[in-house]
Amino acid sequence: MSATLTLLHDGRADEIPVVNLSRPTIAEGALESMLGWELQPEGLCRGTMCVPVDQEALVREDGLDLRILADALQRPLVTDEGHAVAALGASHHDRGDVLASLEAPDFTLPDLEGNLHSLSDHRGKKVLLVAYASW
Amino acid sequence: MYEELKDEGFAVITVAIDRSAADARPWIELATPSHPSLIDTEHLLPDLYGIINVPTVIWIDEDGRIARPNDVSFGSNKLKVMTGIDSEAHLKRLRAWVRGDGPAMTPSEVRAHQELPTAEEQEARAEFTLAWWLSQEGHAGDAERHFVRAGELAPHDLTIRRGSMPIRGLNPMGFAFLKLALKSALKRKSLYLYRPLKDSA
Repeated sequence: MSATLTLLHDGRADEIPVVNLSRPTIAEGALESMLGWELQPEGLCRGTMCVPVDQEALVREDGLDLRILADALQRPLVTDEGHAVAALGASHHDRGDVLASLEAPDFTLPDLEGNLHSLSDHRGKKVLLVAYASW
Repeated sequence: MYEELKDEGFAVITVAIDRSAADARPWIELATPSHPSLIDTEHLLPDLYGIINVPTVIWIDEDGRIARPNDVSFGSNKLKVMTGIDSEAHLKRLRAWVRGDGPAMTPSEVRAHQELPTAEEQEARAEFTLAWWLSQEGHAGDAERHFVRAGELAPHDLTIRRGSMPIRGLNPMGFAFLKLALKSALKRKSLYLYRPLKDSA
């Protein structure tokens, strides 16, 4: 028996096949293509950086245990089993490290007409970034 | 403000943390902007910059570095009586910085004023992402559980608690918000609406 889980992560929604919705797994190939990490003998690696992981718990028959993976990467994983959807958020360490480096995180967002704009388009100028809302 | 400084290597980018362009359009058109007015339905900017309420203003220098971290300014003092925030002071500092007449903060001052995101805040943002997706898929009842959970994880994050009200059929200017504002007034230390940098006061 198999099902499909919608995984919301990094501003995307990916459909991944899972055997058990209450213990979702992802394929080892998807670890790299979707999340940018590789499983190595020393742990989970991205570029030259590796984080330790309990490989025995991580590697299951049907793939890599998503919960163990999220914990190892210190990313929050929240789920709604009834609707077969989960959200994998950003690690507070990753977000905090970038902000503490004082490098302003780049972003690309649409205007009202749907044209995309990036912060980096304005490199060379001083920028006042204003977040506001109608609420 | 922008018209006054546009020749001096200065750009304003406004980002509406709103669920749809329709919500933000009256605000954008009111300002008749000649700068990029962007819409952020997925709360990307709060996630990247640790934004927990609006308005939030951030200064970024020519090299793409944060010159002044998350601060509160309304762009004018029209709301000062209600908010207690002196936005003119911020504008004065901003003009001086843009013209090169006054400094931004030093990197160590920026660091000292930053509040970096916590694990709970990031989990709350993940719950919000999940809730917003469920809501768009037509599962309002199940979305509500996740909106509530997000609010429990980060009770001080108004982009979640107040920003989700229009999605949940609550009036962000109505009773639900007044209750939140009253609680904030009572528990000044743990939950407050606006967090200006200390040198903005």
